[in-house]
Amino acid sequence: METTADGRQAAFDAAVAADERIEPRDWMPDAYRATLVRQMAQHAHSEIIGMQPEANWITRAPSLRRKAILMAKVQDEAGHGLYLYSAAETLGTGRDELLDKLHSGRQKYSSIFNYPTLTWADVGAIGWLVDGAAITNQVPLCRCSYGPYARAMVRVCKEESFHQRQGYELLLALSGGTPAQHEMAQDAVDRWWWPSLMMFGPPDDESAHSAQSMTWKIKRHSNDELRQRFVDICVPQAEVLGLTLPDPDLRWNEERGRHDFGAIDWTEFHEVLKGNGPCNEQRITQRRRAHEEGAWVREAAASYAAKHRPVPGGGPAPGESARAGTALGESTRMEATA
Amino acid sequence: MNGAPTDDARDVRTTAAALALGDDALILSHRLGEWAGHAPALEEEVALANIALDLLGQARILLSLAGDEDELAYLRDERHFRNLQLVEQPNGDFAHTIARQLYFSTYQLALYRQLVAGDSAFGALAAKAVKEVAYHQDHAEHWTLRLGDGTPESHRRMSRACETLWRFTGELFQPVEGLDIDWAALEEGWLTSVTDVLERATLGLPQGPRTGAWTAGAGRQGLHTEPFGPMIAEMQHLHRSHPGASW
Repeated sequence: METTADGRQAAFDAAVAADERIEPRDWMPDAYRATLVRQMAQHAHSEIIGMQPEANWITRAPSLRRKAILMAKVQDEAGHGLYLYSAAETLGTGRDELLDKLHSGRQKYSSIFNYPTLTWADVGAIGWLVDGAAITNQVPLCRCSYGPYARAMVRVCKEESFHQRQGYELLLALSGGTPAQHEMAQDAVDRWWWPSLMMFGPPDDESAHSAQSMTWKIKRHSNDELRQRFVDICVPQAEVLGLTLPDPDLRWNEERGRHDFGAIDWTEFHEVLKGNGPCNEQRITQRRRAHEEGAWVREAAASYAAKHRPVPGGGPAPGESARAGTALGESTRMEATA
Repeated sequence: MNGAPTDDARDVRTTAAALALGDDALILSHRLGEWAGHAPALEEEVALANIALDLLGQARILLSLAGDEDELAYLRDERHFRNLQLVEQPNGDFAHTIARQLYFSTYQLALYRQLVAGDSAFGALAAKAVKEVAYHQDHAEHWTLRLGDGTPESHRRMSRACETLWRFTGELFQPVEGLDIDWAALEEGWLTSVTDVLERATLGLPQGPRTGAWTAGAGRQGLHTEPFGPMIAEMQHLHRSHPGASW
């Protein structure tokens, strides 16, 4: 047994070293599995909680075009949550179990979503900065050693890049609009800039999981490296927008060939992580309420499905069609009624 | 002069009909948008947003036939909206939302099917929209079955929702100016379809009046129910706060 286990460990290490993908049926170290479940669950939870600050503006979007874009984006986020829960389920956990952990505070979501959206421009700032930071973090995950996660990230990143451009374009319209619109855009960037930089996590010397995750090729770059990359991308983009970034210490460093920037308020970061941010309570309460108030609906669906279980080989049950993701039910229905 | 409608008269009729159908889609889309982040399951977050987006797409095309979509959506007061009272009803619980969807999508599907066949300014729109609406009807029908024939609790809620919204369904068959529709056939088809779904859902047809007494047709005349005002106040607030701005 001992030699088999060693052999498995060696095969796993060799596969990771050779940049091969680990797949659900492959042997993997328990700690690797646990780390991935934690990270993917947190990622899925972030998509779901992240719907709230933006959904806050759906009913107030100032033009029908913007309203359609925002609705589509929030819908995409629910879809991303679904991919990521599915990917996490390949590791032997279940979506319900993960949601329970979110609702009871045993698993976290990105701290950024504990900030409020106070004006319409926040929708643009979230697209540009928050989605921008997420993409900077997530593009390397497309090469992550765990296959299902890497493949989910390819799909997620494509849609996120689209959202980011839409957010940027929204800010561009505001910045070049009336003085009041310009001011709204600047105010939003002022409020979202630092929280976005915190999305890369604690500095490298304080990051608990970094070293191990990099060895396992779950993570490809350090927090500080990704943060620096993000700052370097944003500075010229802010100039094009005609907006400033709220950091007096931000300047080009000729020697490093990168931007220097000011110190992050890590006290605030830790407070938000601990649950003391501006919206922590509100976000989790809304999520719990949606889940609790929806319980009777999910129970009804389960009860109906049990009563109307399809005969083996007899085609789908009457209640089994849904267009979310696939169009299976729709096409059969359309043929039947056309 | 020879009895055929002039271009102007045709435009007036088209505008009136586009507003009625466009407002239905706009307002129901808005109500469904209120579900974002509150749905009973993630799949329903996706589905409700999907339906809301389809409806918003239809609203944009229809309102653009009548004028400037944003001006019409954001700068008209309550008395100038032409949507059915049914679509402005608050979401309530999930059963109320589904009952509203069942009643409306069954109506919209039958209406657009007639428009696809007919010779009107709405043929092209209807041809595209009918596919979306068939999905909406399918979604509503299957949820009506699940809730009606699910648990005693869901049965009770679905039954109550169907009854609560029943009185708003009389207005659906009030002829709309500019739409050459066989309204009697539309009503008959609607009743047959809804009755069939409700029976299969073990619910039975609500017994109350379907005409809504003297308020029948009210939404189409700009006479709305009280929840409508606060809804459009929220919808229009930002746009109205920045006159002339573009977004």
